[in-house]
Amino acid sequence: MENKFNLILESSPHFKTKRSTPQIMYTVVLLLLPMCIAGVYFFRWDALIRILLSLVTALLTEFIFLRLRKKDVSSVFDGSAAVTGILLALTLPPTVPLSDVVIGSVVAVSIGKQVFGGLGYNIFNPALVGRAFLQAAFPVDMTTWVKPFYFNLDSITTATPLGGFKIDGASTALKKLILGNTGGCIGETSAILIIIAGIILILLKMADWKIPVSIIITVSVFAGILHLIDSTKYQDPLFYLFSGGLMLGAFFMATDMVSSPITPLGSIIFGIGIGIVVMVIRVFGGLPEGMMYSILFMNCFVPLLNRYTKPKIFGEV
Amino acid sequence: MKKLTFKKGIHPKEFKKITENLEIREVPIPPRVIIPIRQHIGAPLIPVVKKGDRVKTGQVIADSEAFVAAPVHSSCTGVVKNIGNYPTPISPSDTCIEIETEEKEEFDFDLNSNIDYKSLSKQEILKLIRRAGIVGMGGAAFPAAVKFSPPKDVHIDTVILNGCECEPYLTSDHRTMLELSERVLEGLKIIMRAVEAENGIIGIEDNKPDAIEKMSQMVINESGISVQAVKTKYPQGAEKMLIDALTGRKIPPGALPFNVGVVVSNVGTAAAIYDAIVKNIPLYRRVLTVTGEALENPANLLARVGTPFSFLFDYLGGFSDDVTKLILGGPMMGITQFNLDVGVTKATSGILVLGKRKRRKEFNCINCAECINHCPMFLIPTKIVKFAKNSIWDKAEDYDAMNCIECGVCSFVCPSNIPLVHWIRVAKARIAEIKKSSGK
Repeated sequence: MENKFNLILESSPHFKTKRSTPQIMYTVVLLLLPMCIAGVYFFRWDALIRILLSLVTALLTEFIFLRLRKKDVSSVFDGSAAVTGILLALTLPPTVPLSDVVIGSVVAVSIGKQVFGGLGYNIFNPALVGRAFLQAAFPVDMTTWVKPFYFNLDSITTATPLGGFKIDGASTALKKLILGNTGGCIGETSAILIIIAGIILILLKMADWKIPVSIIITVSVFAGILHLIDSTKYQDPLFYLFSGGLMLGAFFMATDMVSSPITPLGSIIFGIGIGIVVMVIRVFGGLPEGMMYSILFMNCFVPLLNRYTKPKIFGEV
Repeated sequence: MKKLTFKKGIHPKEFKKITENLEIREVPIPPRVIIPIRQHIGAPLIPVVKKGDRVKTGQVIADSEAFVAAPVHSSCTGVVKNIGNYPTPISPSDTCIEIETEEKEEFDFDLNSNIDYKSLSKQEILKLIRRAGIVGMGGAAFPAAVKFSPPKDVHIDTVILNGCECEPYLTSDHRTMLELSERVLEGLKIIMRAVEAENGIIGIEDNKPDAIEKMSQMVINESGISVQAVKTKYPQGAEKMLIDALTGRKIPPGALPFNVGVVVSNVGTAAAIYDAIVKNIPLYRRVLTVTGEALENPANLLARVGTPFSFLFDYLGGFSDDVTKLILGGPMMGITQFNLDVGVTKATSGILVLGKRKRRKEFNCINCAECINHCPMFLIPTKIVKFAKNSIWDKAEDYDAMNCIECGVCSFVCPSNIPLVHWIRVAKARIAEIKKSSGK
């Protein structure tokens, strides 16, 4: 009998989970929205324009590169470029020039992702590649901060909690740090929102809990020891945890699936490494903030970590 | 109490409600049967009948002298119409024996036999198991007599009957345990005698409470035999996972169950062994589930080996036009078919007729590690696949490709829709080929 029913011949399994890669990406986008809203609440139009600009630029860059590489352009909407665009915007100062936003977004998607081969092949977190480029190219733009609720022409410059402490030894109330009512990047200031969204992401099994947990524990221990040695010179661990980009980095950037390890032990070492590097930069380095560089630094080690932390297979002794 | 289970795995939707309460129905004799002579893993068989010969039900029609083999019997009474190449469920073209059947049946075995297996020696039991052509009926189709003949220095202490039936949709083992409970239990006792094991465990997934209760009642007065409920999780029915769940013993890579003192047998195989030893009936028919949403009347059937699938579908009133996939076995490990005339084999535990399904686009691997988090063998499927896609076979082997049990969990969980297990199968085949050609 011929195949009159057009039966599909396919290798098993014939069942699939409902979860898909675009679904994961758009869930991340959804969980980044609270931070976007907080950013817009604190920094008004400045924040909104930069988030949208970064997002649109990321999508356009993705589209152009997919066309140039003769790939399926419908992949623009797989959600990964959207995540990159929004994440980049959330890590920018609220008053950074719009041209910087465009340049950062183009670099993030092109050099951060597409040159490696697109989705899944990038070694570094694309958003952070974009941000690192801006930091190197426009250091002044990237370190000019405004107080929340002051915007446009009246904006009053301020220091970030980390910068203020590093330069003047000024401390910031913990409550302000947690709620986000401080100077800082668009989406990094409100630690509490980031933690809630991050926990949801983990519960949905779209981020590996081992990474943020090991980062937070490492930073706490590192800062705790320093604080015990000299509490006037070093802030308490909570200050380091809730300031700067640590929470956003720990929950949303270090956990980027593509650029983080795939083995359980690898993830833990990766998190510990980020925790150590960020504290070394913040405490001993020349920069007040080190989350971006610590994640990029540890991204380099992911292939090695994957190789040397291969788990034992079933029954192996 | 903590439920007995193994680590990792998945929970696919079950779809067992469709057929789990339907009694096994015997399918009438089809006008013709097409019996593949390759129905087991091992040495090929040679037909022992000729075109035009008249054969009785249960008569041997193909056999081999080799140790790893199981003869094939005629499933009907009739005349051999042809011996030649036909499509089979596992091959596009393989030697089959086509028999035109007659309504009046004659049997090649004594219908009234009732042999006390306790009077038989271990060797006699194994010989009878082989003569009856018994293979693993859970799907692997490994000759049972060979499995029950471990090397001399090995002591088997436990026989496990596999009543997990962890594949979605399938309910043939479930119904076998409910309706043929006595034969299953006696079969277990025969296997225990054949391998000289002290313990027997019947492992049943806890989504079959009625089967657990029925079998538990049966074993109340049996010494050394217990029924254990195991957590419903795929692939609980995989040999290594079941042994781990029930005994805590972990089979080392490359080893077999007997290395940890265990043999595992499917419940249907146990019932067939009872038939073979006590009733003298060879394996010429089996229980199978024919189900799926594109089928009007799903059922649990007792069908003869060689019954064309098309005959079963006609018997059940056909299927709807939106059928997209015809699968031999369950949805996780089953093999898709394109020819409706292939025949039921000894290892056909079910036939699945699936309706319209959305085809999903394959994305690049995003390193989400879902395959690693769920692989019951603790492999790194995504790595093996990346090496396989680039034909780096030695690296694929370094990442333990050969230890894959092909359960399909990795492909199931992959959000990027990558056919992981398919690539691992490719890698396994290539690695085996390379090893063979290099003479290792």
